[in-house]
Amino acid sequence: MIGPALPRRELLRLTAAGAATFVLVWSLAALSGITARQFLPAPWEVVARFAQLMLEPFAGYTLGVHLLSSLQRFGMGFLLAVAVGLPLGLLMATFGWLDRLVSPLFEAVRFVAPIAWVPFAALWFGTGIGGPVLIIFMGAFPPVLINTYRGARFVDRTYLEAARMLGAGPLRLITQVLLPAAVPSIVAGLRISAGLGWQSLVGAELIVASSGVGYMMVKGQAAVSTATVMCGMVAIGLVGLLIDIALRRLQQHIETRRGR
Amino acid sequence: MANIQFEGVGRTFHQGGKDFVALDGIELEVQDREFVAIVGPSGCGKTTCMRMAAGLEHATAGTVRVGGVEVTAPGPDRAVVFQQFALFPWKTVWDNIEFGLISLGVAAGERRRRIEHHIELMGLGGYEQAFPHQLSGGMQQRVAIARAYVLDPKVLLMDEPFGALDAQTRVVMQEELVRLARQHPRTVLFITHAVEEAVYLADRVVVMSRRPGRIREVIDVKTVRQAERWDDIPRIEDVMDQASFVHLRTHIWKLLREQQGSDPH
Repeated sequence: MIGPALPRRELLRLTAAGAATFVLVWSLAALSGITARQFLPAPWEVVARFAQLMLEPFAGYTLGVHLLSSLQRFGMGFLLAVAVGLPLGLLMATFGWLDRLVSPLFEAVRFVAPIAWVPFAALWFGTGIGGPVLIIFMGAFPPVLINTYRGARFVDRTYLEAARMLGAGPLRLITQVLLPAAVPSIVAGLRISAGLGWQSLVGAELIVASSGVGYMMVKGQAAVSTATVMCGMVAIGLVGLLIDIALRRLQQHIETRRGR
Repeated sequence: MANIQFEGVGRTFHQGGKDFVALDGIELEVQDREFVAIVGPSGCGKTTCMRMAAGLEHATAGTVRVGGVEVTAPGPDRAVVFQQFALFPWKTVWDNIEFGLISLGVAAGERRRRIEHHIELMGLGGYEQAFPHQLSGGMQQRVAIARAYVLDPKVLLMDEPFGALDAQTRVVMQEELVRLARQHPRTVLFITHAVEEAVYLADRVVVMSRRPGRIREVIDVKTVRQAERWDDIPRIEDVMDQASFVHLRTHIWKLLREQQGSDPH
């Protein structure tokens, strides 16, 4: 940031002012009649619908259950991405031949948007849990791999020299030096990864799912209930924010421990 | 314990299609339990010599032997103390010191005993569970020295270990190292660009010149030190006031100055 940091109170006031302006413009737009009322619900209508969705099932379940269903898929896809990306990144940083083997392929595949895997997700898994998990994996995997690899590959050389001087073999070099040295980079990667994974999930649920927030939004669209669609958007935004806050806490914790 | 032998050691780099001789015809033997310091201007290859003995770099000519065995890779028998400490920031003081002992396969009880001894020896008591960033530079370097000494290595290699410390801390560390070196003599190759430090610590001082890096003169300090009983003088500043010390220091200074005159940069 350029210029002196603002006091906390001032920051809070600005945040509140920004949110208030947004709600005001939204309300005016909804009331002005630019578009038909049912196509742009007013903020209070969304709030009312949100409360209703929390209590009454829509598209089979309440909003809470849809969210849990989405989170479960997200969790599986995200963990799978970490379980594959983290060891692979460390190994690629250690063994040059593996780097050469994987990198070109990976560099090409990562530009394919996760949503492009939807046809295969549908063909291979139908509406089972595998489809969305595959799509989240495709979104969440690249940042985990890239950040682990970079963190480990560009570790301060003196740590490696110290470890070799101290007689560390490949296994200890990877687990006790490369991995911990890469942790700040890995956690930064996890934040990006979780963001992309959560975004991809909702896209996946619009097409291959029979529950979840995305699915609820499709049903909302079919029922011309734009308030339901907006509730889905709000829920996605809020949960995404919570996931990011949790990972940011983890990141800060690690940085404090390391003394940065 | 063992000796370090440099036999016709050279190092040539290829840069922009030209050969650049960094080190040329280095002949040097650091005797068993001898403390040898190498001084020289930056770029004379003194650090490269140490790194070759450590197995972190390779000679393009000649051989480097430690205890009669040609050096091919780094290992805990040749402990290095780096200028930038190179402690693992994610490990505690205790775990940093323990790292090499685990590689050596030392049993847990013996590890504990040896770590405790070296923590005591280096005045690190009470900091066992601290992380490196919580310590001052001087304390961090004590940990690095403990990490090297605890391995009971054949030889100790020190690359400007006090170069990153402030002047006061540096003096304290030099006194401590002298205490360690005289009480528990070891084979040490010590790299520095500080002439006083070299004369104060070493048995012999090797003066190097650069472009190409060659040994210019080897100065025997031990004979003078023993004749003049420097080790009975407790404070470093009083040792450095001795006429015998000043004489040696000035001699080395002149050797280094002559080179600067011929090669201004």
